[in-house]
Amino acid sequence: MKAGSKLEKILTSGQFAVTGELGPPRGADVEVIKKKAEHLRGMVDSINVTDNQTSVVRMCSMAVCKLLLEMGLEPNLQMTCRDRNRIAIQSDLLGAYALGIKNVLCLSGDHNKFGDHPQAKNVFDIDSIQLIQTVKQMRDDGKLLSGQECEGVPKFFIGAAANPFGDPFDFRPIRLAKKVEAGVDFIQTQCIYNMEKFREYMKRVVDMGLAEKCYILAGITPLKSLGMARYMAKFVPGLDVPDYYLKRLAGVEKKKQAEEGIKIAIEQIQEVREIEGVAGIHLMAIEWEHKVPEIIKAAGLYPRPEVN
Amino acid sequence: MVVAERKPIKEILAMMAEYKKILLVGCKGCVTVCCAGGTKEVGILASALRIAKKKEGKEFEVIERTLERQCDPEYIEQVASIVENDGIEAILSMACSVGPQYLAKRFNVPVYPALNTTFIGGALEHGVWAEFCQACGNCVIHHFGGICPVSRCSKSLFNGPCGGSAGGKCEINPEVDCAWHLIYERMKALGKLDDMAKVFPIKDWSTSRDGGPRKVVREDMKL
Repeated sequence: MKAGSKLEKILTSGQFAVTGELGPPRGADVEVIKKKAEHLRGMVDSINVTDNQTSVVRMCSMAVCKLLLEMGLEPNLQMTCRDRNRIAIQSDLLGAYALGIKNVLCLSGDHNKFGDHPQAKNVFDIDSIQLIQTVKQMRDDGKLLSGQECEGVPKFFIGAAANPFGDPFDFRPIRLAKKVEAGVDFIQTQCIYNMEKFREYMKRVVDMGLAEKCYILAGITPLKSLGMARYMAKFVPGLDVPDYYLKRLAGVEKKKQAEEGIKIAIEQIQEVREIEGVAGIHLMAIEWEHKVPEIIKAAGLYPRPEVN
Repeated sequence: MVVAERKPIKEILAMMAEYKKILLVGCKGCVTVCCAGGTKEVGILASALRIAKKKEGKEFEVIERTLERQCDPEYIEQVASIVENDGIEAILSMACSVGPQYLAKRFNVPVYPALNTTFIGGALEHGVWAEFCQACGNCVIHHFGGICPVSRCSKSLFNGPCGGSAGGKCEINPEVDCAWHLIYERMKALGKLDDMAKVFPIKDWSTSRDGGPRKVVREDMKL
């Protein structure tokens, strides 16, 4: 065991893992978090807490992770390189571990141009792959980047993201290999809609031996409506929503689109479970946490395994 | 070269609101090449200011000069007699931001920048310039097929491309090339894709602006 988190225990015992996601509020309301988290309780093994996703200011990931811990839930701290230099990153990692957080997801971060503060100065002192290296060095060597020994070593289970649909496609498995070389333990992929392309990606990843070196969780985001599907297809760079899903959602009446979206998500979960090298799913039900129980149960992933 | 562009005329007029006689100084260096602050642009701005002031019914005189460079004290000296003897109330510089700082250091009159200094770059085509360097102080472009990830990747990634790269374009704007896509294609063409598979280590930014204001000292050239 590297960190001994629930997520690590489930993955290392060979069980199919399910992670969820919680987007903190644009304010200091704790009740919002509690409400969202209760929908995920017992449905997912651990919960990603996003770090000012899409560069919109929200309650900080670390604080929300701590609130989840107090609720008896396991958090994954998402950490981006957009807003922190190496000093802040290491400091936050030490603090997060001291609070009891054991999983960390290393990200470069969405560019601030997208968010609610496009005038902000960004940081990008290090990148996501170098962040993986940093967390690993702290954990395995017990040293900060400066070489300073850590008084108390933060033992994190190290995660990162991968986008099989980003370009150039041929380089994506190689970039995953770089994350493995840097020391990643688990990967959560971008939302998968183009299953054919994902299969091809996973085939290459498995052939390169990468699925044996890290646990790959397939990203699933249920489509709430045709409008959302269109938005994802058109405006989210690096996302690939094939036309047949748009047609399928357009083919049902508006109030039944959500139901259809859930059906699609359940089918996608079944499909990724059949793909070699997939160790679990990362279910990102964006502002739709209350639908998670329905999806997880219908996908046959309930109850979740118990670990000690 | 240093690429700059002229501030909007409205902003410049607001700067000049209280003055009746100014010195407008261009520069024959980089800003002449990028058509922002050479002799020609000095003439155009001077005319625009005169017309605008005349419309407002205000008395206004502009003396025009264009120096060899504004980033060297010896050339700054060439306007000393005008500034000190001709009743100049303010100086408007059309150099990159180094120019107005040199002028301000030398003369005891208010100095204003007429340009926004934008970046270190080059021309892509006639009338289009792009950024190529952020002066990080430790050039590493040879590791990336001759393409600078610091200035040309929106996130200055050393191990890109990120997940936002789509169709060779950057996630921030479909008009912006993904530098890492360019690096990938270039490394592939050079038969060096294996180099891209290695994790590039964390950069030492102390040679960049992050290490404080920088200075180059060449002992062999000092007099």
